[in-house]
Amino acid sequence: MDTFSCDVLVVGGGGAGLRAAIAVAETYPNLSVTVISKVYPMRSHTVSAEGGAAAVIKSGDSLDEHAYDTISGGDWMCDQDAVEAFVREAPDEMLQLEHWGCPWSREPDGHIAVRPFGGMKNQRTWFAADKTGFHMLHTLFQTSLKYDGIRRHDECFVTKLLMDDGRCQGLVAIEQATGKIQAITAKAVILCTGGCGKIFPFTTNASIKNGDGMALAYRAGAALKDMEFVQYHPTGLPFTGILITEATRAEGGWLLNKDGYRYLQDYDLGTPQPKPVLRSMELGPRDRLSQAFMKEQEKGRTIKGPYGDYVHLDIRHLGAQVIDTKLPFVRELCLKYAGLDPVKEMIPVRPVVHYMMGGIHTDIHGATPMPGLYAAGEAACVSINGANRLGSNSLTELLVFGARSGKAAAAFASGQRAPNPSVLAQAQDEQRRLEGHFLHKTGGTERIATLRVAMQDIMEQSAGIYRDASALRQAVTKLGQLQERFHNLALDDHSYTFNTELTSALELSYMLDLAQVIIASALQRQESRGSHQRNDYPGRDDGKFLAHSVAYRAQDGSPRIEYLPVKITRWPPGQRVYGR
Amino acid sequence: MPPTVMLEVSRYRPERDDKPVFQTYEVPFRDDWVVLDALNHIKDQLDGSLSFRWSCRMGVCGSCGMMVNGRPKLTCAAFLSDYLPGPIRVEPLNYFPIMRDLIVDITAFLEKLKKVKPWIVRDEVWPLDKGEYRQTPEQLDVYKQFSQCINCMLCYAACPVVGLEPGFVGPAAIALAQRYNLDSRDDGAKQRMKILSDHAGIWGCTFVGECTQVCPKHVDPAGAIQQYKLAGALDTLQSFLLPWSAR
Ligand SMILES: Cc1cc2nc3c(=O)[nH]c(=O)nc-3n(C[C@H](O)[C@H](O)[C@H](O)COP(=O)(O)OP(=O)(O)OC[C@H]3O[C@@H](n4cnc5c(N)ncnc54)[C@H](O)[C@@H]3O)c2cc1C
Ligand code: SF4
Ligand code: FES
Repeated sequence: MDTFSCDVLVVGGGGAGLRAAIAVAETYPNLSVTVISKVYPMRSHTVSAEGGAAAVIKSGDSLDEHAYDTISGGDWMCDQDAVEAFVREAPDEMLQLEHWGCPWSREPDGHIAVRPFGGMKNQRTWFAADKTGFHMLHTLFQTSLKYDGIRRHDECFVTKLLMDDGRCQGLVAIEQATGKIQAITAKAVILCTGGCGKIFPFTTNASIKNGDGMALAYRAGAALKDMEFVQYHPTGLPFTGILITEATRAEGGWLLNKDGYRYLQDYDLGTPQPKPVLRSMELGPRDRLSQAFMKEQEKGRTIKGPYGDYVHLDIRHLGAQVIDTKLPFVRELCLKYAGLDPVKEMIPVRPVVHYMMGGIHTDIHGATPMPGLYAAGEAACVSINGANRLGSNSLTELLVFGARSGKAAAAFASGQRAPNPSVLAQAQDEQRRLEGHFLHKTGGTERIATLRVAMQDIMEQSAGIYRDASALRQAVTKLGQLQERFHNLALDDHSYTFNTELTSALELSYMLDLAQVIIASALQRQESRGSHQRNDYPGRDDGKFLAHSVAYRAQDGSPRIEYLPVKITRWPPGQRVYGR
Repeated sequence: MPPTVMLEVSRYRPERDDKPVFQTYEVPFRDDWVVLDALNHIKDQLDGSLSFRWSCRMGVCGSCGMMVNGRPKLTCAAFLSDYLPGPIRVEPLNYFPIMRDLIVDITAFLEKLKKVKPWIVRDEVWPLDKGEYRQTPEQLDVYKQFSQCINCMLCYAACPVVGLEPGFVGPAAIALAQRYNLDSRDDGAKQRMKILSDHAGIWGCTFVGECTQVCPKHVDPAGAIQQYKLAGALDTLQSFLLPWSAR
């Protein structure tokens, strides 16, 4: 076992983690900060974000309008104090990234260009062609290299948080190259581990998105908030689940059913116009668009394909020039993975699991109620995304709350004594667990992939776009059985060197815990709001459920759900109106 | 269409193999499968001990580079159908130390990356309230191509100089240096030039151009190296002819 120590320990080298680390290095240069990540930072899934990042910059737009779009888009589940802080700090964070070299797309005069985006009333989405996340991540990573104070543990996989009397004091990780256990003590830990789309079978998320940090926090006693809110993006490529960005619709793309009809007009999203209209039709919010697809499918107006039904996304009328300058990656992806050229052909698309609105419960500084434990990015729930995130708010969230959590964790760490060395005993126990249950395990009959597929199928059937009590109850039972079967895993790989079977098994165990939380939270929310639609409770119920669900892990391992009121500052709950 | 295809996969388990050996697996052939899907089929169904890196499965994270039939490829973008009837040989990237199976050690690259100072260097840093540094679309176009690098390492695996001279900074790092040099917001070109000309390598490049050919993102590292050499040569010449000029 190797032991290390630092002041602030950031888990995750995606957008949120890198922004947090830089914030520590800039505001408290005397503190030591370490970034630990299971993949090299530039492999993090922020890299795949395409469309853009929202922040008010143009005249004619206002912070209040960005806040209102976000809150109404989130079906009033957002904490409004968090949203206000978010929209206020977003422009400076985005400018900072510009100063660090992010190659934002520009107006002819050299100013930042913005594009429309779903659910946004004004144009405020900054973009770097359609590789925004890629450029943001590489800019952050490359900029982070200039701070000698930022140390990295690349390709180290975190398995446990070290807790002492309710306080987080570090963590245990596996150095993948050698299989060595690392025990790292820290005065503050920030979890920036991203989302968990891989709990579902059909997702835009990469293989590394298994909700590790959410599960680690949950196991350590922290709460997971609003986990029932799972975002389906309306436009994924069938089979691969590769995302076709909302920017296609922002630039003027149409969604067509099998008759070539812009079907969104039938779902209270406005009337079709030749040019895109903000907060209308194809620029409505994602939850409503994905739900419209399901209704269209019920009516038999979608197209049958080998990988499920689909509709068409038509961008042909934009022409090759617009597509090549503003959507080059879409063209590249379609040519490569769908075998078609969107300049000449329509793109088949279907709704696909994309984003977790829920996550580790934090305050507006990224702090959890457990001293020393912070979270930011998709892993966290602050919450600014409520029951449905607006496209292009997440990348900005990484910056705003990455920076906030970095500063808050650093301030906390600077006033703390060094961690109690006795926590290292827990690391010994963890090493024994990893060896006993996994590395040296023999016998067992279940394959990881079998259990993973079974879990994914359960989730799709019960926690999809439309849900009901009976399917959710069945899921509770079935997931319980999978947890049992997990103990009977058969593992082929006993090597200490880059044992990816071990990490896959650990990822599966994280996902199983989170699947149970998603199901329990969804079962208990007896209303329909945003992305959570219950066939058996079709209306929104502000009387009972204008409240965040917070899930704690009970003694027997099952989730226990409590509720916290939503913070309303200036926008009382109202109706969500699009296209009218 | 054949029902199955054979994959010859290089295995190296340092605890038991002295050197890499091939293991053959039969996997279902599917039109829409890439080599990475076949590897995942092996891992999920046939042999959980096969190790390789991957993440996005959409050609942007840069994790999944391997040699496929002797050429460096992103395995998430290499379709089985392009390699029929097989067998398809899958090996770790050339010229890198092998850690395990298809996983190579790229730590040296990360050090090289840092050496070229891949961040904006400014003579005058603006406060945020002064707004953005202006940059026209034309100015962006000057460096855009070099900013597309996903650090996939295919160009290193194709570069004969990397093979001979492991200290060579290498194609992607030079392209990245050039990405910042050409950025209208940056004033760091001189510093980077000094680093590059002091280090082994750039002069060793014989302009084979393999790097540009294998690059999945059309970065054109060979072009970057050429530009650099030219700038470097002028720089050296200038310091020789005008030793007191401002540097
Ligand atoms: C295809 C796609 C397109 C998107 N497009 C947009 C868009 O246009 N606009 C927008 O606003 N949002 C978009 N999003 C959403 C947004 O990109 C993500 O929410 C965001 O990038 C998440 O960033 P993050 O920093 O929280 O996590 P990630 O970037 O996912 O990083 C997680 C980090 O945690 C590390 N980690 C995880 N588990 C462990 C562990 N056990 N041990 C050690 N390290 C660990 C990983 O190595 C990684 O470094 C998109 C998402 C997808 C999937
Ligand atoms: S230059 Fe091209 S081949 Fe080389 S690492 Fe970058 S993307 Fe890969
Ligand atoms: S898996 Fe990301 S580039 Fe291939």
